[in-house]
Amino acid sequence: MFEFAHSAMETAKARGASYADARIVEIRQRDLSTKNGEVGTCAESESLGIGVRVIATGAWGFASTDRLTREGVQACAAQAVAVARASALAKKRNVALAQEPPHQDTWQNPFVKDPFRISAERQLEVLLAADREMRAVKGVTLAEAAMTFRRIEQFFASSEGSRIYQVKVQSGAGICATSFRGAEIQKRSYPNSFGGQHTLEGYELVESLDLAGNARRVGEEAVSLHRAAPCPEGTRDIILMGDQLGLQIHESIGHPIELDRVLGMEANFAGMSFLTLDSLKKLRYGSEIVNVVADARLAHGPAVGTFGYDDEGVPAQCTPIITAGLFTGYLSSRETAGAIGERRSNGAMRAESWNRLPIIRMTNVSLLPGDWKLDNLIADCDDALLMKTNRSWSIDDRRYHFQFTAEIAWEIKRGKRGRMIKNPSYSGITTEFWNSCDAICGRDDWQLWGTPNCGKGQPMQSMPTGHGAAPARFRNVRVGVAFSG
Amino acid sequence: MAKQQKRSAAGRKPVVAAAYLLADADCRRIAEQIFKLSDADETEVRVDSVTDALTRFANNTIHQNVAEQGASISVRTVFDGRTARATTNKTDEESLRRVVATSTELARRQPKNRNLLPMPGRQKYPAVRRYFEATAAATPADRARVVARVVKSAAGRGQTAAGIFSTGAMESVIANSQGLFAAYRQTRAEFSVTMMQDTAAAGNSLGSSGWAKANAPDIRALDPLALAGSAGQKAALSRAPRELTPGRYTVILEPAATLDLVGFLFYDFAATAVMDRRSCLNNRVGKKIFGENISLWDDATHPLQLGAPFDGEGMPRQKVLLVDRGVPRNLVYSRATARRLRKRATGHALALPSEWGEAPMNLVLEGGGSSVEQMIQSTERGILLTRVWYIREVDPYEKVLTGMTRDGTFLVEDGRVVCGIRNFRFNQSLLEMLSNVEQLGPAARAAGEEAFEMVVPAMKVRNFHFTEVTKF
Repeated sequence: MFEFAHSAMETAKARGASYADARIVEIRQRDLSTKNGEVGTCAESESLGIGVRVIATGAWGFASTDRLTREGVQACAAQAVAVARASALAKKRNVALAQEPPHQDTWQNPFVKDPFRISAERQLEVLLAADREMRAVKGVTLAEAAMTFRRIEQFFASSEGSRIYQVKVQSGAGICATSFRGAEIQKRSYPNSFGGQHTLEGYELVESLDLAGNARRVGEEAVSLHRAAPCPEGTRDIILMGDQLGLQIHESIGHPIELDRVLGMEANFAGMSFLTLDSLKKLRYGSEIVNVVADARLAHGPAVGTFGYDDEGVPAQCTPIITAGLFTGYLSSRETAGAIGERRSNGAMRAESWNRLPIIRMTNVSLLPGDWKLDNLIADCDDALLMKTNRSWSIDDRRYHFQFTAEIAWEIKRGKRGRMIKNPSYSGITTEFWNSCDAICGRDDWQLWGTPNCGKGQPMQSMPTGHGAAPARFRNVRVGVAFSG
Repeated sequence: MAKQQKRSAAGRKPVVAAAYLLADADCRRIAEQIFKLSDADETEVRVDSVTDALTRFANNTIHQNVAEQGASISVRTVFDGRTARATTNKTDEESLRRVVATSTELARRQPKNRNLLPMPGRQKYPAVRRYFEATAAATPADRARVVARVVKSAAGRGQTAAGIFSTGAMESVIANSQGLFAAYRQTRAEFSVTMMQDTAAAGNSLGSSGWAKANAPDIRALDPLALAGSAGQKAALSRAPRELTPGRYTVILEPAATLDLVGFLFYDFAATAVMDRRSCLNNRVGKKIFGENISLWDDATHPLQLGAPFDGEGMPRQKVLLVDRGVPRNLVYSRATARRLRKRATGHALALPSEWGEAPMNLVLEGGGSSVEQMIQSTERGILLTRVWYIREVDPYEKVLTGMTRDGTFLVEDGRVVCGIRNFRFNQSLLEMLSNVEQLGPAARAAGEEAFEMVVPAMKVRNFHFTEVTKF
């Protein structure tokens, strides 16, 4: 495969490119799902192709093809150069890249059980067993379960001499019980909503989840929500469990720190960011106990934002994003690093597949653990709501104002977890919210969550991102607005 | 713009689209090859080829510029009431053999599906013309020249432009071993622009902005400079926005705003969604839940629509009246759902196997005779919305949606636009909103970012619920 990559780069250079890189990517995916006792989706796919990125006449061009022949690859590279020359028709200045030494390396995430070597029949049995348990609960009107597995093999080569081979195996699974009664639809998911948990692991992830063992509780909670008290409207202290907090981190920290947003490159679609360049190392993003990193290294854990090298060939790194509450870092690329005075990219460029251009994406943006135990934190609350599992999420295009709803909440009164609350919601302004954080649970309650489908870019790219989180408390948060009708 | 595109089409041979698409004959040959390789009871083949290019600009310069070509071959096999799908983008014989084997292996290793029907046979389809050489022939230089004019006009107004100009073509074929063969070819051009005022990149996160977007199968139907001019006017008009108190307001939704809200209803009209009890139409079909002035169709052959005239099984898409003067009358049905519910299939199936069943993909919301200007003139106090953003479903049964306003939100007083205002968060029931429509504009092909394109009107709605306000 590297021969095709080199052929592409030679063509690009012969046509005048000052820089070229090529990624040959092969993705194999299996999707299985069940619904109310029947198989829903049962499908596999494979996709192989090359994407060639060049700088010519000082401007970017990118072309991709699935015609992996010498002629097809050379035509693709020639097209990339032609596209770059067209880009120069509306150019203000030449593209400049931060320095990066060439790397020759091989990287693969560790996993125990190859999910593609386990039969779909056996995997469907696991889903159908969980399905049966959910439907055994009276009042469950819809039981859904799903698994997805991906193997991503990538060959990267650049005109600067990099030559990197990476293989990633990713697994995901989850269940959801829905209950319709009267004029209300309620649902509960496990281990997370919108597809469950996703990690850079093999089938051992699915085995660790015990979907069937949790299915009856999930069904019972979905039905019980109909009888629960509605979320009050007003101001409350809230504890967000890790599954909900992961998405809160994603939306209100992960996206604002993307330097392409900050520089206006996503203004037409995904939006911009309130984190203007003058806020770096000056803005008090959160309270002093808030420490956030963007860490793509395997040492951070087997999360879906973990890799050996990003799609520009920059090694995985750990970047301090918020340090004792102070905003300390963006996610950057080789093109944008100079805008913040950095001499090197911190390695956040990723592409969905061979036919997409790498853009700045979250890696694993994680809130580091604190020192509380969850039981002690609950005992420390006088009047609070504990919210779990995301149900909806929305934030403005500069990432100031957000609103989230959760699937379920419990009231905490005088240090005791009490009655179930339905339709919980909370909203706020990003920096005010993170500055209200006064307690974060410790390593025992900390977990890496996978968001499998973060959308960004034009054409749209979907990318999995990782988020480490432990339950945390936020003071005086506005709750209940979403259902205030 | 139109003149320039005509010159481009006449002056160059097609280099972007047509040369890369598979022809019907190629697709038929691949399908027949698959049929020979398969020993399944029944076999379905879907062949898709695509060539797309997108020029992206920001900060008044082109910063990303991409082109792609690709094809995929998707095989669905059926063995004794069991079915599965495998897909590849490789067309050599070994890969075709493997994709058939993968589909076979998956299909055989699962429980029997009692709802699976035999594949349909040969069908007839309405003719639609949605492929235009002028679009297929557009080059990167054609798009770049247009973008250069747009960013020059932005700079001339002291504004900053960001957006996209894309062109592309696709060919899609479904064939099955029962003799069905359906083919569809389409081109698509799209231009979208955000103009920013007082928002020097990375310098000011509180500046104002305006937005416009359009797409069409024929590139000559787009006028990027006019769209950029409209976005620029909105950015200028919304400088130094005022902050209003959240609450209930009369709103005027431009078509893109209507689209991105009403688009969230589409799956509720799937018979499978109602059968699964997850639709807002549970127990509501036949009951009046919207205003008398709301009628909604699904119509794949509407002249302003795009998309194939057949569904995921190759069945012809039928025109279906979903809402008649405020009353949901009909749902859409795949063949399997129709049989379970003793209804007639409407040609809206998703590709099998799928737990989602079917969906209307070509919604047309009937319009009225009021222009946006007339809606403004008739408004004592209200808010004009260009677009809405990051919309999510809060309550699936009452169809409460949350989201933000964006890129052009204005206060209307005494029949005129007074000033820009800071963007609001809304939490609004669609059922309530479509019961409060006071005026409708002519239905137009609209493009947003949250829903697929539909034909919808601008509308004036009373008592729209804004719950909070943001900082810009």
